[in-house]
Amino acid sequence: MSVVVMERVVFREDRCKGCEVCIAVCPQKIIALDSRINKLGYRSAAVKDQEACTSCGLCARVCPDAVISVYRPARPAKPAPAGEGRKAS
Amino acid sequence: MTKSASSAPAGGVPVLMKGNEALGEAAIRAGCRAFFGYPITPQSELPAYMARRMPEEDGVFLQAESELAAINMVYGAAGAGVRVMTSSSSPGISLKQEGISYIAGAELPAVIVNIMRGGPGLGSIMPGQSDYFQATKGGGHGDYRLVVYGPATVQELVDLTIRAFNVADRYRSPVMILGDGILGQMMEPVVFPTEKPAEVAKPWATTGRQGTRGRNVVNSLYLAAEELEAHNLRLQAKFAEMHSNEVIYESIIPEGAEVVCVAYGTTARVVKSAIAMARQEGIKVGLIRPISLWPFPDEAFVNLPDTVRSVLTVEMSAGQMVEDVRLALNGRLPVHFYGRMGGMWPIPRDVLAEIKKAAGREAGVAR
Amino acid sequence: MSSIVERIPVYEPPKSLSDVSSHYCPGCTHGATHRIVAEVMDELGLTDKAVGIASVGCSVLAYNYFECDMQQAAHGRAPAVATGVKRVRPELVVWTYQGDGDLASIGTNEVIHAALRGEKITVIFINNAIYGMTGGQAAPTTLIGQKTATTPFGRDKSWSGSPIHLSEMLALQEGAAFIARTSTHNPAHLGRTRAAIKRAFQTQLEGKGFSLVEILSTCPTNWGMTPVEALKWVEEQMVPVYPLGIFKDWQADGARSPAAAGAAAKSAKPAEGGK
Repeated sequence: MSVVVMERVVFREDRCKGCEVCIAVCPQKIIALDSRINKLGYRSAAVKDQEACTSCGLCARVCPDAVISVYRPARPAKPAPAGEGRKAS
Repeated sequence: MTKSASSAPAGGVPVLMKGNEALGEAAIRAGCRAFFGYPITPQSELPAYMARRMPEEDGVFLQAESELAAINMVYGAAGAGVRVMTSSSSPGISLKQEGISYIAGAELPAVIVNIMRGGPGLGSIMPGQSDYFQATKGGGHGDYRLVVYGPATVQELVDLTIRAFNVADRYRSPVMILGDGILGQMMEPVVFPTEKPAEVAKPWATTGRQGTRGRNVVNSLYLAAEELEAHNLRLQAKFAEMHSNEVIYESIIPEGAEVVCVAYGTTARVVKSAIAMARQEGIKVGLIRPISLWPFPDEAFVNLPDTVRSVLTVEMSAGQMVEDVRLALNGRLPVHFYGRMGGMWPIPRDVLAEIKKAAGREAGVAR
Repeated sequence: MSSIVERIPVYEPPKSLSDVSSHYCPGCTHGATHRIVAEVMDELGLTDKAVGIASVGCSVLAYNYFECDMQQAAHGRAPAVATGVKRVRPELVVWTYQGDGDLASIGTNEVIHAALRGEKITVIFINNAIYGMTGGQAAPTTLIGQKTATTPFGRDKSWSGSPIHLSEMLALQEGAAFIARTSTHNPAHLGRTRAAIKRAFQTQLEGKGFSLVEILSTCPTNWGMTPVEALKWVEEQMVPVYPLGIFKDWQADGARSPAAAGAAAKSAKPAEGGK
């Protein structure tokens, strides 16, 4: 059984103006400008390595164009130890 | 605000009131919910009246920090969908012109009162009619028109103020009451109507979406040239409709009239006295009294009797409305002008002398 | 067989922000501030009862970017327009969004009087030390020595005066209930900006009086810098001239005298951390 992890960072690349502020704040240094030109005429920022993302959300919080949504994987459901309830996440 | 006992004058019976105060009462009876103003003579009794009466009606009176602020408070309140008014006098109205242009551009209903005084500049506090151009030809920037009323009596001030609120709402357009210092300051008997104003639905107003609709926007900016032209064409169609529907005037043309006088506001009352004096001397004189200054009553100048030899326009200005009279006549009759300025007003004897000149009755004047 | 791991949103664009591309230049912090205002509207549930007033300047088109009702005001007059709305419909939450040319130059009279009346409105004041829309002219907020289109040799104090400290001035007014200056130059400061904007709206919701947040912002285009350089310029050049902090808070220093509030404003230091 394989596990598919959905992308942690989603860029609406057609909205990006290539200002590079997200690139500057990313602690993992995993954002770079794409080589393609988007419909606004800019090279959009994109995440090169989704697996390295820690879902810190800094890129989304500095983005002037509301391009970025950030997610984190839900904790895989572990069997609850006997006698203990599980907190809803 | 605590509602205090009403000091409203009775409706349906004559009461003696000063013009400025009667205007305020008329606005309240027309459903005016907010008044924003700034002190200036000779209209100061109006804001003072509103300051006292508005709280009694759960309405808003606010003295703004300037005329600029006052007219923009009007913009905000009108955009929020309530009946709103401001008043000032000539120099203050000049300051309000930017806001009036925005109100016209954003298509907001509002009533603006100008109790005119002498100009230009700081001028004087005495009455004048020298803001006619400003009121009827635009005033602020851009292609827009205001319906402008020139009342001649305190009763007319009341009736036209009520009408102004209705017309403003009907067209989503600012309407101006153009009085003068004499009318604002004089006391006359006046009868207020007793019926309540009709509620007008304003689904375009910024009342908060309240979960019932999408966003409403009040705006006069159209950055794309095509869009701004389309907006202007729509405005012009509205102004054309106002031009067809909103003309009001008084016309008294006796059979065999030799001269027709044209005057509005307080000046028309002086002219009426002069016309009565002329009749005693055997000169038949008519009067056209525009009540809507815009739209100007061009139709009143059509089909004047053949006996009319000339037209005499009388104003408290250097000659402003006279240009509209000439346009309406389009060269069909000679147009004379008599005006006083600077806070001086014409007196009947002087107007009579001008009537005689216009009639060619003055010794030594061949016509 | 494969299993998909569910994901939880850490950050998604706010619903009160219109789903359109803005006209702002790349990296302009107007965008981030718009987003933050919309986040606060979402959080406090204001979208259905708010009326925003757009001003004149780069943010003139703000009425296209927020999902609440909007009015567009003449240059500098947004606080008067907001007053008109709020006075006739006190149940609404009324806010303005104004730049420094609009608010700190042509509109000083309106904002000062709105504050001294204790007008229950919220002002979002963008200070980026320049006129953006008209092409980079000097503003009252322009720093001494800063080169602009109309101060090509740098702002000369002896000729055109010193930068205006509007928040400090407004904090002296008794009607001002919440006045803060924040910055946009990094995520931590954007977070403080969000907290201040939330406080400002709460001040209005609780009927406490006038609230304003002055936000140090960038203009990469007219400053002639990259967006990242511009953020650094805010931190290094603007923050020392415009100290960050809360200059008036009805809850914290409601009992403090206006003079004390003024002194506090003078000594306010850039907020700690997050540099």
